[in-house]
Amino acid sequence: MTTLVVAEQQNGTLNPTTWETVALAKGIGHPVTVVVLGADIETVADELVKANVDEVLVVEDSALEFYTADGFSMALEQVIRAEDPTLVLLSHTYQARDFAPALGARLGRTLLTDCTKVEVRDGVLIFTRPMFQGKMMADVRLTGPNPHLVTFQIGAAKVDNIDLGVSSAVRRSLGVTLATDQIRQRPELPFRETKQAVDLSQAERIVAVGRGIKSEEHLDLIRKFAVAMDAELAASRPICDAGWLPMDRQVGSSGQTVAPTLYFALGISGAIQHVVGMKGARTIVAINKDPDAPVFEIADYGIVGDLFEVVPAMIKALGE
Amino acid sequence: MNIIVCIKQVITREWLVRVDEAQTWIRDQDASFEMNEPDAYALEAALRLKEQHGGEIIVCSAGPVRARQVILEALARGADRGIHVVSDDIPKAGAEVVAEALANAICEEPCDLVLTGLQSNDQGFAQTGVILATRLGMPHATIIMDVQFDEGKLRVKRELEGGLFQWVALPVPALLTIQSGINQLRYATLKGIVAAKKKPIRTVDTEMPDIFGHEIVKIYTPEKSKQTHFVDGTPASAAVELIRLLRQDARVL
Repeated sequence: MTTLVVAEQQNGTLNPTTWETVALAKGIGHPVTVVVLGADIETVADELVKANVDEVLVVEDSALEFYTADGFSMALEQVIRAEDPTLVLLSHTYQARDFAPALGARLGRTLLTDCTKVEVRDGVLIFTRPMFQGKMMADVRLTGPNPHLVTFQIGAAKVDNIDLGVSSAVRRSLGVTLATDQIRQRPELPFRETKQAVDLSQAERIVAVGRGIKSEEHLDLIRKFAVAMDAELAASRPICDAGWLPMDRQVGSSGQTVAPTLYFALGISGAIQHVVGMKGARTIVAINKDPDAPVFEIADYGIVGDLFEVVPAMIKALGE
Repeated sequence: MNIIVCIKQVITREWLVRVDEAQTWIRDQDASFEMNEPDAYALEAALRLKEQHGGEIIVCSAGPVRARQVILEALARGADRGIHVVSDDIPKAGAEVVAEALANAICEEPCDLVLTGLQSNDQGFAQTGVILATRLGMPHATIIMDVQFDEGKLRVKRELEGGLFQWVALPVPALLTIQSGINQLRYATLKGIVAAKKKPIRTVDTEMPDIFGHEIVKIYTPEKSKQTHFVDGTPASAAVELIRLLRQDARVL
């Protein structure tokens, strides 16, 4: 019984979420093999073999130099058929979301995504994942034959220091057969759209606004409050989708992850996509008229009330 | 260009979800339902492509009888015809089962594109679209923020992490999962709602495929990771007290 961890790397740099997946794999208790795909990934392999894992599989192929869904799902299908692991773990990154379901479908195996925890209960692996945008959690057991594939939410494991091995892990190269004409995606190089005007990850204080603001005109009130607080303005995704604030003000799984000293969530329900981006804030204040809003689960201070009344009152209180 | 849009009916965002008696699902008998918002963005993307290139939009939804409502809504917004795979098992089903049901319903329909939202707001697997693509033998791309179709060539803009984007070319037919914010949603006009009633909806009664997947052992409200200090009173007094707490208690001001 082995657990296969699929590492993620970009341009020869290991994505640190890989270490979270390794930690989760170690927690399950079976021997851990880490597989890394790409071309020219020696430095990534060098880093991986230092970790406290049993084996590092290096799959190098010119067809894998740039990520494609077809290339990666076909290569990993071959790796998994050859190595026969019990469990395959990945981090729930944009890349994994792009290829892992195709990989599961090609193998005819179950994939469970976006898990926050794994535990052994009565000899069975139980995975926990959010549902209904974080309003509920579900404990899930996987059915059907091995291997099972699982992705874990970014931040599911806290890794402050990489667990290093006493000696180097076994390192093995594995070849795959990929005909480039079977890879249907033709990617261009990634690019940044506009210069990122604000780096929210560096902000000490953030005032974030959500759908509760109802319309673009009301943002002026929030801007005034942010100024009074000496804080950066941020928003949940729907506000940016509507074009009321630029995308670089977005906090959440598809925006920035922040960890300020003080975070105000105004008219934000606390859907999981937002919470994952700000739950690391030291002090969280939530104002929402819905007492059942999930945001109150992670708030240190809360006011159940109308933000259109509370925020002006706070601006006034700060002025005094 | 012919486009198939797969849309799911989900419980409304505002609905107060409560665990059912068995504690393996939620109570949804009298709940309010709506079109899954990411799928609404996929529909809007299809409507805009149709405006540019002509063609037909088929909307497909798998779900109980009540899911017909989201098909009607899509027709009211401008889709041309609908396919309803009727099944009470869909809401709780795994992505593999839903993808199989959708695949069986649409595999005979010629198309250039299949669009879905990137994930559903109920189970949130973010898998059904990609599994469907594999099942249909189509290439796919996910979390798409722009679709360009020029002289039979498809080029799409993937959203990546960290504010990055990437254009990818794909042959057609292809499946795309669409990210929210790709466009601004339109809502049905009265004229559209009336017209929708005359548009054809093909019903597919199907037995759910017996595909293994996963089993929910228990559903529960999340454990609170911290004790929230609620500040009561009028907005004015609560505001004053909150500022005081942040200054003196939390010492963050």
